[in-house]
Amino acid sequence: MKALLLGAAAIVAMASPTLAERGSDGELKIIYWQAPSTMNPYLSGGTKELEAASLVLEPLARYDEGGNMVAWLAESIPTVGNGGVSADLKTITWKLKDGLLWSDGSKVTADDAVFTWKYCSHPEGGCAQSEKYNDVTNVEALDELTVKVTFGVSKPFPYGPFVGAQAPLLQAAQFADCLGTKAPECTDANFGPIGTGAYKVTEFRPNDVISLAANTHYRDAAKPAFATVTFKGGGDAAAAGRSVLETGEFDYAWNMQLAPEVLAGMQAGGKGEIVSAFGTLVERVMINMTNPDPALGDERATAKHPHPFLSDINVRKALSMAIDRDLLVEIGYGDAGKPSCNVLPAPEIYKSTANDGCLVQDVEGAKKLLTDAGWVPGADGIRQKDGVRLSLLFQSSTNAVRQDFQALIKQWWGDIGIETELRNIDSSVFFGGDPGSPDTFQKFFADVEMYANNFDGTDPESYMANWECKQAPRPETQWQGNNMPRYCSEDYDALVAEMAKTGDLMERARLAKAMNDKLMQEYIILPLVDRGRVSARSNALGGVVMNAWDSELWNAADWYRVK
Amino acid sequence: MFNYTIRRLLLAVPTLLLISFLIFLLLDLAPSDPTANLPLTIPPEVREKIRISLGLGEAFHIRFLLWCKQFFYNETLNILEQWWGWDFGGDRLRVLSWQTRSPVVDTIVQRIPQTLWVVGMSYIVGILIAVPIGILSAYKQYSWFDQIGTFVSMVGYSVPTFFTGVLVIVIFSVWLGWFPSIYDTTLVVNDWSSFLQQVKQMIMPVSVLALYNAAQISRFMRASMLDNLNQDYVRTARAKGIRERSVILVHVLRNSLIPVVTVIALGVPQVFGGAIITEQVFKVNGLGQLLIIAIQAGDVPTVQTLTFIFAVLIVFFNLIADVLYGILDPRIRYD
Repeated sequence: MKALLLGAAAIVAMASPTLAERGSDGELKIIYWQAPSTMNPYLSGGTKELEAASLVLEPLARYDEGGNMVAWLAESIPTVGNGGVSADLKTITWKLKDGLLWSDGSKVTADDAVFTWKYCSHPEGGCAQSEKYNDVTNVEALDELTVKVTFGVSKPFPYGPFVGAQAPLLQAAQFADCLGTKAPECTDANFGPIGTGAYKVTEFRPNDVISLAANTHYRDAAKPAFATVTFKGGGDAAAAGRSVLETGEFDYAWNMQLAPEVLAGMQAGGKGEIVSAFGTLVERVMINMTNPDPALGDERATAKHPHPFLSDINVRKALSMAIDRDLLVEIGYGDAGKPSCNVLPAPEIYKSTANDGCLVQDVEGAKKLLTDAGWVPGADGIRQKDGVRLSLLFQSSTNAVRQDFQALIKQWWGDIGIETELRNIDSSVFFGGDPGSPDTFQKFFADVEMYANNFDGTDPESYMANWECKQAPRPETQWQGNNMPRYCSEDYDALVAEMAKTGDLMERARLAKAMNDKLMQEYIILPLVDRGRVSARSNALGGVVMNAWDSELWNAADWYRVK
Repeated sequence: MFNYTIRRLLLAVPTLLLISFLIFLLLDLAPSDPTANLPLTIPPEVREKIRISLGLGEAFHIRFLLWCKQFFYNETLNILEQWWGWDFGGDRLRVLSWQTRSPVVDTIVQRIPQTLWVVGMSYIVGILIAVPIGILSAYKQYSWFDQIGTFVSMVGYSVPTFFTGVLVIVIFSVWLGWFPSIYDTTLVVNDWSSFLQQVKQMIMPVSVLALYNAAQISRFMRASMLDNLNQDYVRTARAKGIRERSVILVHVLRNSLIPVVTVIALGVPQVFGGAIITEQVFKVNGLGQLLIIAIQAGDVPTVQTLTFIFAVLIVFFNLIADVLYGILDPRIRYD
């Protein structure tokens, strides 16, 4: 049977795209069970909008499936070596490909890039991607096709502006009157941006369906193979999966967040397959290094009061040792996950191998560690020392897989004599960041909490800076910040500062690994599962290359109908 | 009757204003954040800027008054401009959704057709099935027909549409492949084949919802018929030698319809409200789906505008039900 499947796969692989003309393959049907609300990624940071817009709007450079940067609208990637990035790392100069046209037939020029920067950096615009244009002091057009970006500080990784699905070029002519507070009033432009991509919008129905057609001015005369695209939104993951894998009504379904056995059952239909790719998204347990006791009032969960028992590294280590990560993957994610011992799991050059011991569950070892550290079981079986009981409050967002994980982990921690109380909070409150709510993941009024996080693109500098001392959420910062464990180490901060001024890639990799290892070996964060992107593709759709570093639809221009 | 209607309409104004205020208050007190569903890679400073650009930096009463102005004044002028081609000039800000940043009213107008087609059709089909079943069940009480009718309506009433919906999809789309599982809202009906396609994609959602509606209404119809069948005037009519057909269909039916008409009229606003679950199951993306997505995304202007429109419809159809009462039963007079 397996040989037969492999044979079939080989035939599919050999059926390479016949060099057809543009629009010869009819209609492409894509379903996103969360419907896109707008086609302007600068007005919505949501993944669904970014991906829908990526069919139309394109950046100067983007990431391929291996996480490597590829020149897209630019001729090449500027580096210090080829003179595109200045020696002081403060400017980067992009050169656009010659002869690029917008879908209305007008020329793409450097002024469009200048405008895009102005659009997103307008103080009243509420641009969702303004992080991408951080520290940019000026963007200027040196000539019609050359753009120079100047940063206020030296940027060892100057590939924020105009790179990736989050920061594509907008057409200056179309958005000229849409700056600042005017941005949301330009409904026609936001729903039907003129782009350089393989498709252009013919009708946009917010939160419902997008109709697109092949862009007649696309730079490759033979692409795209499809004449039209229907981009349907709405429903749920199971229904979307069913429409591709079981009924064959659709060609591509995004984000198949389904139980592994459900997906396997759908795939048995034989109409399509699951495609996945792994990026940097890690489901993790964060340890609170501060005391969340309500009795502390305003000083609750702040650095003034260390945690009564989680400040003991032996306890934290025991918590990690008791977890069976393989089983978590099997139950929660199947092919869409793999066990992880690093909070920085990718790209390959940043991946540490120093912490792989966590892959093996060691309940006896955890018990011994706790006993040796003086935590001995009391009358009720819960370990204690000097009157402090190992009793945890474990919070997470409401989500079926997370609640399964919570129940399993509670049991494992119970096995080593640690009591756990579980709590789940609606995700819009948990991740909502409202400083008035006690239930946000930033406030962290619990002992441990679980969620997933990742970073955009492939450079981990700002991600690893999340665990600097000053990033700890506290009353003075209105409880904002990314350092949920409130970890504070001078050595770590020094590594962050060093990375901010290091340009050499291998040296940056060494620093990032060192930071990851420090967090792992001090058990500040307990990584659980490296979560992939999972989508479904019909057997009749060819050319799909799943990409975890950019939009999944990044190469939609190359997709074709398998006949 | 006319005076009564005018009085009720006038009274509706302060009622609706109060309702709009209460909705706004409830939404404001609810712990929702329009930036909560954004990826965690978007930093808090940026989120704060987004919130301010949405107008969340203003005080509660200012936001409420702004919504009132945008909805009652700006949108009204806008409708007048579109209908009559007048031009009031000036730059009026309409009620903008926080998700799509586009005028909420436009999206609602765009969604009404599919909701009316699917949910409205299912309501009509439901009534058409329910009334005869109710009449026959009552007339032949405890017969086989009545027992089966009771069983079917109990099933229709108690089995939720998210179960029956998925069940029919699995049977008719996945196994048999007769109907599409995903509703195509862009389909334009302009010839026989597209009409057939429209019918095909409507069959499943309409039947699922019609079963549910019919179950409710047929029970009301049956109970109301039974009340009347035992009345003295029915015996008198029969004693006078009127044909059984006329006794049932003219005398009993007309009197039994009074409570049923109220139930039907009060159910009409729910049609506009869409069927949140059924729309999601079949991907109809009508008003129900619009509402639930807006709630999940913390999109206050959309939720506020939609719920307010529902409130208007409920108040309006309550009035219609009361007026219909008077028409069906000449004894009822309000003046």
